[in-house]
Amino acid sequence: MFAYYLDLALRSLKRSPGLTALMVLAIGFGVAASMTSWSVFRAVSGDPIPWKSAQLFVPQIDNWGPNGRSADGDPPNAMDYTDATALMRDHRARLQSAMYQISPSVVPAEASKHPINVSGHAVFGEFFPMLDVPFLYGSGWSASDDANRAQVVVISSKLNEKLFGGTNSVGKSVNIERADYRVVGVLDNWNPQPRFYDVVNSGGFDSGTEDVFLPFQTAIQANIPNDGNTNCNAVPKEPGFAGLQHSECVWIAFMAELDDAAAVTTYRDYLQGYAREQQQAGRFAWAPNNRLRSLPEWLDNQHVVPSDTKVSLLVALGLLLVCLVNTIGLLLAKFLRRSSEIGVRRALGAPRSAIYAQFLTEAGIVGVAGGVLGLLLTCAGVASVGWVMPKDIASLARLDVSLLLLTLLVAVVATMLAGLYPTYRASRVQPAWQLKSN
Amino acid sequence: MQIKPVLVALKKHRLATLLIALEIALACAVLCNAVFMIASRLSAMQLVSGVDESSLGFIQLGGFDPKSAHDLNARVVAGLGAIPGVQAVRVINSVPFGPAAGAFGVTLDQAGKQFRGVPELYLGAPGTPEALGLKLVAGRMPGAEDYQTVLEGYLPANSNVLVTRVFAEHLWPGEDALGKTFWTGRNQFRVIGVVAQLSVQQYDEEGERGAQWTVFVPVQPGPQLAGTYLVRADPRELDRVMVDARTALAKIAPDAVVDHQQSDTLPALRTRFFQADRALTGMLVGVIVSLLGVTALGIVGLASFWVAQRRKQIGIRRAIGATRGDILRYFQTENFLIVTFGIALGMLLAFVLNALLMKFYELPHLPLYYLPLGAIALWVLGQLAVLGPALRAARVPPVVATRTA
Repeated sequence: MFAYYLDLALRSLKRSPGLTALMVLAIGFGVAASMTSWSVFRAVSGDPIPWKSAQLFVPQIDNWGPNGRSADGDPPNAMDYTDATALMRDHRARLQSAMYQISPSVVPAEASKHPINVSGHAVFGEFFPMLDVPFLYGSGWSASDDANRAQVVVISSKLNEKLFGGTNSVGKSVNIERADYRVVGVLDNWNPQPRFYDVVNSGGFDSGTEDVFLPFQTAIQANIPNDGNTNCNAVPKEPGFAGLQHSECVWIAFMAELDDAAAVTTYRDYLQGYAREQQQAGRFAWAPNNRLRSLPEWLDNQHVVPSDTKVSLLVALGLLLVCLVNTIGLLLAKFLRRSSEIGVRRALGAPRSAIYAQFLTEAGIVGVAGGVLGLLLTCAGVASVGWVMPKDIASLARLDVSLLLLTLLVAVVATMLAGLYPTYRASRVQPAWQLKSN
Repeated sequence: MQIKPVLVALKKHRLATLLIALEIALACAVLCNAVFMIASRLSAMQLVSGVDESSLGFIQLGGFDPKSAHDLNARVVAGLGAIPGVQAVRVINSVPFGPAAGAFGVTLDQAGKQFRGVPELYLGAPGTPEALGLKLVAGRMPGAEDYQTVLEGYLPANSNVLVTRVFAEHLWPGEDALGKTFWTGRNQFRVIGVVAQLSVQQYDEEGERGAQWTVFVPVQPGPQLAGTYLVRADPRELDRVMVDARTALAKIAPDAVVDHQQSDTLPALRTRFFQADRALTGMLVGVIVSLLGVTALGIVGLASFWVAQRRKQIGIRRAIGATRGDILRYFQTENFLIVTFGIALGMLLAFVLNALLMKFYELPHLPLYYLPLGAIALWVLGQLAVLGPALRAARVPPVVATRTA
């Protein structure tokens, strides 16, 4: 029976090829335009670490007091050395790391090659398991390496390629700022966008890769200065990098992993207690004003994703909606005229269910054809995104298969629903009356 | 034209009418908001840098030994200066649309209590403001004695600086900035001149720093300022000069690596800086065109359908005396009514949408004049779309009335 309905549907659609093409095009373009823009906008507003972002938290401690707060009363968006090291020493989260941006020079082993400037971060060993950083060779370093200020380094696969020709370099030595460091790990391709662990310095997106990761205290001891933002509310009393460490200037990013609501509450209480201690010790002359934001909240708070981008996402969805409504309207107009045809079939003995089956088939064909066209156009659209978008954004844009399937489903279901109503109306009417009225 | 019979006829097609009206309403809401966003992108892209962009290029070198900074600077300035067409080479820390090079929090007092935001500092060697083409509006340009050698850190302890008019107004609203002082950490700045404009390196609209929050600090190049150069040439020769410069650097500074990403003409850096804005604008224009296209197609489809359906009625009307114009106007009126209904709904929707966006995304208020503009656009679109089917309807001959369906 289905084959027969298919045949009927095709005949009916052929009778008004213009209108059919219009409906198919409307769905196809709607799906393609909204999905292409969705894939681009999602690329820039996406969650960089979706499986874990709810467990990652960024604490902020108010070490500046009321004068240093932002308009909405937020404390500084980074930490000073005193607070960052205190939080690391207390170690109240399961995993945590303070970090700061560095830009040391690496001297290749061969004398003929010039030193190269690389960028990276000084972090604690827990940084790697906390962020599920993938390793090609080796691994991160241990807590004792952190404590002993070991001369170890984790390098990117790119730097490994440059210095060691891509071979397993674990155990080999790299000269950084005229000191030797032992390679303990080589990262697999890892360049999360946005660079969520230190958005204050990367502005969120940074097409460059991070090539070296040194133990925090080792880098401090080796006097490798902060290459990222430094914000001060008062003049450091001593000059240089040491002076920065003894000042209230903020320049350190911090991230902690808290696995459940209880851990979050405990950590919040801990921060509160810490700030109160500082108040009692006379360092803070104000009540605790901490923040503890989850990673998605933090990215939002730091405006990592421009609000225009998010709105564009809605605009793209609006377009899909318009296309669907449009198709439904056209289908309605087409089907509502078919009551006489329905009357004939009913008079010849077709039950209502058969009428439904026939019209749903017809509507379904339009939906599927539009969906397939949309699929093809979306593929073409996403493939050509690189022509109009900046490289670092275009490379992030990829098709979200599950979402695309959902859209197709929505398109087909919407057209079938559009077919349902006129059929319902037509099949309510007495067949004899419909035949007569013609 | 009587509206009543049109309304009665529409009542018979309530659902289809409602859907088209809904489509127009959605289109209206999306259109108004999208056009508003495009307008705000375009105005953002008008950012005035305050320098002679078309004459300027920027060179960034890396990987050299800081100890050889003096020597490198001397070699590069002399070497690039020898390229035919180069008018000036100056050591500078960065340029507008160049890499972020120095943002410093400033205070009005030495104790650091009166915090006044985080402007960007431009550091440049003698002759830099002139090479940039900065326009002085008050005070004087730095003289030879103002360019100090930095002994420690990044800045001289006391410098005579230039600030932009906007930043001066921010620091001392309504006052004359000349001679006033401000501080960043232990370093003191005294304003000797106010320039019309000098934009920050990487302007972030959503940040707290204004686009013109900049300070020019005159310094002598040295280890704290090396490897980054401003090149000035005739606009017509700039592209060639920059290509020549990059080739020449291999010989002039074999010990340094040219950062090809950042070393470019200012127009190129500007283009790159606004790439995302342009892409977003393009995308939105695409969305709007598709939107209007689909809406027009919907109207054409439905109108054609109704014309085909009403051939006999049209024939009858023609037979009893209606002119072609009457038939044409009938369909035009019908379309006008549907679109008007849609627009009324759409304006409400646009406003609600904007209110929601404002609430969740801190977007500015949709100016009210966008609503009538959107309405006019949709009216015109509707009339254009219905014209074809309506003309076809007008051509239906009266004789149709005499035929059976």
